[in-house]
Amino acid sequence: MAITTVREALRDAMAEEMRADKDVFLMGEEVAEYNGAYKVSQGLLDEFGSKRVIDTPITEYGFAGIGVGAAYAGLKPIVEFMTFNFAMQAIDHIINSAAKTLYMSGGQMGCPIVFRGPNGAAARVGAQHSQCFASWYAHCPGLKVIAPYSAADAKGLLKAAIRDPNPVIFLENELLYGESFDIPEGDDHIVPIGKAAVIREGTDVTVTAFSLMVGKALKAADELEKQGISAEIIDLRTIRPLDRATIITSLKKTNRLVSVEEGWPFAGIGSELAALAMEEAFDYLDAPITRVTGEDVPMPYAKNLEDLAVPQIDRIIKAAKEVCYKK
Amino acid sequence: MSVAKKLSLELKNDMTHQKATKKELMQYYRDMLLIRRFEERAGQLYGTGEIAGFCHLYIGQEAVVVGMQSVLSDKDSVITAYRDHGHMLACGMDPNGVMAELTGRSGGYSKGKGGSMHMFSAEKNFYGGHGIVGAQIPLGAGLAFAHRYREDGGLCATYFGDGSANQGQVYEAFNMASLWKLPVIFILENNGYAMGTSVNRHAAGGDLSKRGEAFGIRGYKVDGMDILAVKAAGQTAVDHVRSGKGPILLEMNTYRYRGHSMSDPATYRTKDEVDGMKNQRDPIEAVKTLLESDHGIKAEDLKTIDKETREICKEAAEFALKSPLPDPAELYTDILLETEAETQSRKADPSASASAEASPSPVPASKDSNDINW
Repeated sequence: MAITTVREALRDAMAEEMRADKDVFLMGEEVAEYNGAYKVSQGLLDEFGSKRVIDTPITEYGFAGIGVGAAYAGLKPIVEFMTFNFAMQAIDHIINSAAKTLYMSGGQMGCPIVFRGPNGAAARVGAQHSQCFASWYAHCPGLKVIAPYSAADAKGLLKAAIRDPNPVIFLENELLYGESFDIPEGDDHIVPIGKAAVIREGTDVTVTAFSLMVGKALKAADELEKQGISAEIIDLRTIRPLDRATIITSLKKTNRLVSVEEGWPFAGIGSELAALAMEEAFDYLDAPITRVTGEDVPMPYAKNLEDLAVPQIDRIIKAAKEVCYKK
Repeated sequence: MSVAKKLSLELKNDMTHQKATKKELMQYYRDMLLIRRFEERAGQLYGTGEIAGFCHLYIGQEAVVVGMQSVLSDKDSVITAYRDHGHMLACGMDPNGVMAELTGRSGGYSKGKGGSMHMFSAEKNFYGGHGIVGAQIPLGAGLAFAHRYREDGGLCATYFGDGSANQGQVYEAFNMASLWKLPVIFILENNGYAMGTSVNRHAAGGDLSKRGEAFGIRGYKVDGMDILAVKAAGQTAVDHVRSGKGPILLEMNTYRYRGHSMSDPATYRTKDEVDGMKNQRDPIEAVKTLLESDHGIKAEDLKTIDKETREICKEAAEFALKSPLPDPAELYTDILLETEAETQSRKADPSASASAEASPSPVPASKDSNDINW
């Protein structure tokens, strides 16, 4: 094991896959000469050259389309969005051109592409730069959607995403880039897409989270333990395809579910988990499913309002206690 | 001056005509006629309800794709929008498979799951068939990017209409294609109308061939009703692009005889305008006249070709109506491709479903007797 930041883990994943497969290339704004707006692609231009590490103009719709076209031809592009907020400009190509083509072509034409970049709220950047797109993309058949928390998962899942023959949305988090984690050494660390991880075992309540919220859920679990509640924490890791089995198995053990996500509540990931619990574990539920989500407002800029809009540890603790009927 | 007169009199052309041999002209005649007869048959099947949804016919514009295709090679790729039947036939796709897709049958190129606007042929390097106006332009630049990345010598012929010429992503693609000198020919099929809005009501600046100039993309106006002008322009463009000089833009001035789609009665044009184009500028009649006057081809010989193309289209329609509807199980195939790991675990344990949505890659076409194999 080695200590690595999420930023380095992502870079290493891309570098290893680019060494292994000449069809893999990286394109996006500032990925080459600037070494990445968030320095995720540090050193890649030096190693792979400008043919495979390509600075694009600020033109998300256009370069997403070019990436998809290249993927139709069998190349394996990694398209970096400086943030997923800007991918809204490109969402037509992500959904209409990438996700649907295998189906529309009767299986003739795949689209092996990874769209990656930071997702969700960073800090104090206001409404247009602070949004979680997990449920937007998870809604769409033909896409895989990944949102890792730890450096090991970031690396292993990004490698799996690059090798995957389908379009993959890889949601990172700016606030996690500098966080350090233990990570297996070597270039064969792959984490399968579609598998959640029980990262803390517990018996009283299941708490699901993904990306940055996993850290908050773990801290909440520490506090809950002090108050006599044993929380089982599931890092969803992949949003689509969702690892229903791991969630349901845990739910059948704890009989209670709290879903934590940074995105808005309406038609969010928590809504999907609530439906899943009703469909597959209705008789096991001892309490209503509770969602801890971002508030249903555009992200405010003021510090105090932003803190109110984003799920905090105390809200997770409160929700867990409520479903356990403890004050 | 009416739009009709403007169009018929002012189909401008920056190209000198290219000579063609008798054999070439015969081939163009046959290829254009096949598209026209195919589209007429598709129109009939739409009328009887066998083809549904949106169906955009290419009648009138045949010289553009047949002329361009005559200067492309097998290593090149082609992409276009939703008025795509002509492009598919010109790429050599099987009329049976195209017609069966129009009728939504299992024998169609997309097994009935794509329809008129979403059809592909990996074998023929035909990359769609795209229903979002303008989306095919960056996609085509991406295909060109792949040609250059692989250094395979190929280029991408990227077709779009005058309507899509106003989409912002066109200029995003122009910028990168020129910046990176991608091997792409942008073929702007200006048929005078973006659905029901005439080009002088939807495009500022007047001259669409100049739309690439700010990006350093040279543009030419081409008489798209004259296949020899198209061929000359196409050859110029191919030479330019293959020599590594980057993209080029050809504005093909052309005309569609039918409405925007089968559900468009096209009341925004006068009968005089349409008749004027049909009677004075028809691309197929022009080649016919040339064959008869310059090459001594008899009307009888051309009638034989007409009969043959009618027969091909009749057979395509029969195939398309006889081909079974897709099996209900097809609803949930071709959504995702299996990963290598999923393939291995499926082979190790055939009873286990690795992923509900993933299909083995690639999915071969059904070999049922009523299906075709490509």
